[in-house]
Amino acid sequence: MTDRRRHHDMGGLEAGPIQNSEHAHEPWEKRVDAIKALLSDDRRKLVTTDELRRSIENLGADAYERYNYYERWISAVTNILLEKDVLSVDELGKKMAEIEARQGNRAL
Amino acid sequence: MSAQFSVGDPVHVRAAYPPGHVRTPYYCRGKSGVIVRFCGEFRNPEELAYGKYEGPVSPMYRVRFQQNDLWDNYSGSPDDHVEIEIYEHWLEQVI
Amino acid sequence: MSDHHDHGEFGMYEHDPLHKHPAQPDLEDTPLTHHQIMQMAVADLLIEKGVIEADELREQIEFMDTITPARGAALVARAWVDSDFKYRLVADSKKAGAELDMDIGPTPILVMENTPKVHNLIVCTLCSCYPRFLLGFPPDWYKSRDYRSRAISEPRKVLAEFGTELADSVEVRVHDSTADMRYMVLPMRPDGSEGLSEAALAELVTRDTMVGVTTPKT
Repeated sequence: MTDRRRHHDMGGLEAGPIQNSEHAHEPWEKRVDAIKALLSDDRRKLVTTDELRRSIENLGADAYERYNYYERWISAVTNILLEKDVLSVDELGKKMAEIEARQGNRAL
Repeated sequence: MSAQFSVGDPVHVRAAYPPGHVRTPYYCRGKSGVIVRFCGEFRNPEELAYGKYEGPVSPMYRVRFQQNDLWDNYSGSPDDHVEIEIYEHWLEQVI
Repeated sequence: MSDHHDHGEFGMYEHDPLHKHPAQPDLEDTPLTHHQIMQMAVADLLIEKGVIEADELREQIEFMDTITPARGAALVARAWVDSDFKYRLVADSKKAGAELDMDIGPTPILVMENTPKVHNLIVCTLCSCYPRFLLGFPPDWYKSRDYRSRAISEPRKVLAEFGTELADSVEVRVHDSTADMRYMVLPMRPDGSEGLSEAALAELVTRDTMVGVTTPKT
């Protein structure tokens, strides 16, 4: 692997047999998809396809491999919203703690 | 901006390796192919990716490559091909 | 998450039709993941700030649920029974879709026709671009490292793993869907389908045949 090739650019690399896998999309995955679609529409224009792609690539090789598709998407969309000052780190931190507290003390 | 290439023209993909957001796959850089379709004019994804929405548009093409030209040990038929969308600034004339 | 229905502070969630299914015990006990919490927080904050509305979010989800491979199959079946339509579909899928009252969305979709001489296959090696307005959400395998890496450089082996064997005399043409277009395969009408109605033909056109990993069977 050369440093000139970025980790997401995988055409032609060795890989395993295709697992003929699929799953019904979970509600939270559909919400991520819908949030992205709304943020990209002509009225809001907050996230272009290429900004999303760039933000996903920039999660880094480790996260890219470990996260599933919509985990990458929500991470990337959130980072763009932080960059654009639509959301702040502090309000996200507080809101996430609030949601976590509401769901009880179950470990994540 | 008028299109520099026409359908049927042989082209060479620049062998460049910039960091940042690029839509030209690694495996076709430095390879030669043929223009098979003019797709229209589009803003540069390398700028759109960083929030620059108002840049100029430029031509984008579909380029057809022979599989044997892309991979050292291609196992299929010599007639097999790959087609990729490539923005004009990644293409050079084959002299 | 059925307890969410009791709490007004959950905003969009209390009205979310997706939460109106009967409680599923195995899901009730699953703690939310970090990313699920992130999604909820982002949605709540965007709604609080008026960037998006809860109704819009619900409508968008409902809209995407209506987009299934049946849309692509309807176009293919029409093309099989009407060669003029096939010509228009390959030339301009947006206009052809409009003839069937179908909006194929903001991104151009190029329809690639399989023939006795050429078999088309779609992949996106850089991410997972997919003709979503005609086929719905992509399957997991399409987004996998294995498919994205190998479909481009050893398509015949990948096709064989899907049970699709092609003669050497058939050109395999792989489309790397990496930029501003999306791609859908127009498969060949299978032998033995001569007497079938357009609706019955559409039943033969599966999602995988429109990605190009399989071919329609009667």
